Amino acid sequence: MARETPAGDLRLADLTKRFGVFTAVDNLSLTIEQGSFFALLGASGCGKTTTLRMIAGLEEPTSGQVLLGDRDIARLRPYKRPVNTVFQSYALFPHLDIFENVAFGLRRRGIRSVDDEVTRMLSLVQLDGYGNRRPAQLSGGQQQRVALARALINRPQVLLLDEPLGALDLKLRRQMQIELKRIQTEVGITFVHVTHDQEEAMTMADTVAVMNAGRIEQLGAPADIYEFPATAFVANFLGQSNLLAGEATGASGGDVAVTAHGTRLSVPAGRARADHGPVHLGVRPEKLILVGSADQVPAGHQHVTGVVTDASYVGVSTQYLLRTGWGTELSVFAANSGTSTPVAVGSEAVAYWDPRHAFLLPRDAADTDRTSPVLDEPVGASS
Amino acid sequence: MTLLAPTRAGHPPPAPPAARSGRRRLLPYLLLLPGAAWLLIFFGVPLLQLAAASLYDPSGSLSTGYAMTWAVSNYPDVLQAYWPQFLRSFGYAGLALVLALLLGYPLAYAIAQKAGRWKNLLLVCVVAPMFTSFLVRTLAWKTILSDNGALVGLLRDVHLLAPDGRLLATPFAVVLGLTYNFLPFLVLPLYASLERLDPRLLEAATDLYASPVQAFRRVTLPLSMPGLVAGTLLFFIPASGDYINAELLGTPNEYMIGNVIDSAFLVRLDYPQGAALSFLLMAAILAVVFGYLRRAGTEEVL
Repeated sequence: MARETPAGDLRLADLTKRFGVFTAVDNLSLTIEQGSFFALLGASGCGKTTTLRMIAGLEEPTSGQVLLGDRDIARLRPYKRPVNTVFQSYALFPHLDIFENVAFGLRRRGIRSVDDEVTRMLSLVQLDGYGNRRPAQLSGGQQQRVALARALINRPQVLLLDEPLGALDLKLRRQMQIELKRIQTEVGITFVHVTHDQEEAMTMADTVAVMNAGRIEQLGAPADIYEFPATAFVANFLGQSNLLAGEATGASGGDVAVTAHGTRLSVPAGRARADHGPVHLGVRPEKLILVGSADQVPAGHQHVTGVVTDASYVGVSTQYLLRTGWGTELSVFAANSGTSTPVAVGSEAVAYWDPRHAFLLPRDAADTDRTSPVLDEPVGASS
Repeated sequence: MTLLAPTRAGHPPPAPPAARSGRRRLLPYLLLLPGAAWLLIFFGVPLLQLAAASLYDPSGSLSTGYAMTWAVSNYPDVLQAYWPQFLRSFGYAGLALVLALLLGYPLAYAIAQKAGRWKNLLLVCVVAPMFTSFLVRTLAWKTILSDNGALVGLLRDVHLLAPDGRLLATPFAVVLGLTYNFLPFLVLPLYASLERLDPRLLEAATDLYASPVQAFRRVTLPLSMPGLVAGTLLFFIPASGDYINAELLGTPNEYMIGNVIDSAFLVRLDYPQGAALSFLLMAAILAVVFGYLRRAGTEEVL
């Protein structure tokens, strides 16, 4: 199979998939660099799994192309593509032992001597000596690793991972995330990882695409997306943001001036995606610092005042809710670094931030403040 | 499917903990008692009776009475006389099984995997013919295949059949009848196995370079093996012992071993011969079944 062919980037061009009247994937175009770890992040039903299945060949696109290098593979049967998948349910063959599960792809391609390769692959996923067991005799994490080995052994040009860690418990999931990243670096194959878990996407991927309603809202390095989200959806899907509704009144001297709820604020022009009209001014909760009164705010910082309505101690940090004068509750995360004093619930407080940490997004005129995160789907749910 | 249940239930009951009272320990055996008694009276005793009859003096008759002479020679004698019917029984049953597999496997697969909301209706359609008597259904085939029937007329018109060619009273008719009559026994266990087949496994197989044919051979077929083995046995055993189809759709030239046993007991009244033939048939079927199970290697069935 296309094992030693000159490699290429994976490109999706105007890819669309409709199920009846429902558009699952809407004119999607993106390029995934060869050898990169790419994550498609989105909530349940956003089209990410459909996109993956179109790359695998398990779903035929309504229109558009899937290009691997210069070759359009969108209409090739799945078994003719140099692409392998790690399924959400693992889909291990229950009637075959682990060795034969891993050897399956090689045998179908007519390769006779598979022993060395299978043994090597099993040790890559740390399952040496498990060859003659049946899938049902392994734990969830072990089954997951078998599914990975079974796909990787074929040296595909692209490895697709469909929520591969969804069924694992939290601790195992963290461990597997590190493991997956290690293996990806080791084998150098392009990984396309579909997940609804933003932390998982950020931990592992070089590039993250945030999907919503069949479209990509933002694509970039995890840190870039997190620090400067492109839309309100991204700001609250990837982590959490305090988005204040305001009116931008134009740029002057490198800053964009914003009036929000009667307070005059500003954001550096480089952090503004709009400079006039209705905007959201966003600040991440961990970029807000809580102090007792306005005279404690250092020069050059901006602030809002309010009343602390809730404080949750979560170990590494304390998460406060600050109710502002106009009724919006802002989230403030204070790291438990031992340098700040706790603020009592019910007391007046001031939250301040460095304007360089804020960002400005265009806003629908009807949209108001948004501070709650987009809810994750429950673990293990399919999408 | 319930057809598989009896074999599953055949395992011994788990040993109860020692602390349990004696009555509790006896309970599983008490529950077995009615069934065991039934089997003993209506299967065990007649079987012994039949075994004894197979060793009676062959020169006796119903009117003069039989003497127990331990005539083991009855067995080689009947085999000598009726080996063609034996061979024909297994030949016809085997041929019918092949036809039934060609018809039944795709049918069971379609119902289990592709029928969607029509699944139950289709299953009823498979079972529905069983609501009428076996005899009536076979007689219906006699009408369908008759020389003056529409089917024969059509086949003669398109020259698939010679002008004086017939369907009825041919080996074809007998094999067709066997195929038709025992098809549900094959389809139902197969359906039960295929229904549990996770379609995602087939997606995984195609993703791992298996062509549709390979995916069937490497995934679908092995995973449907328990149903396939159970179904072929449930088909083959009654089909090889059947005598109605050969009687109604065939001629003496198509007679199977069942017809010989039938006539030995009811026409010629030669009880030793009938009994010896019955035991030979049983032994032959057991040999075929065990040979088959060894090859199929499915410990799930037995």
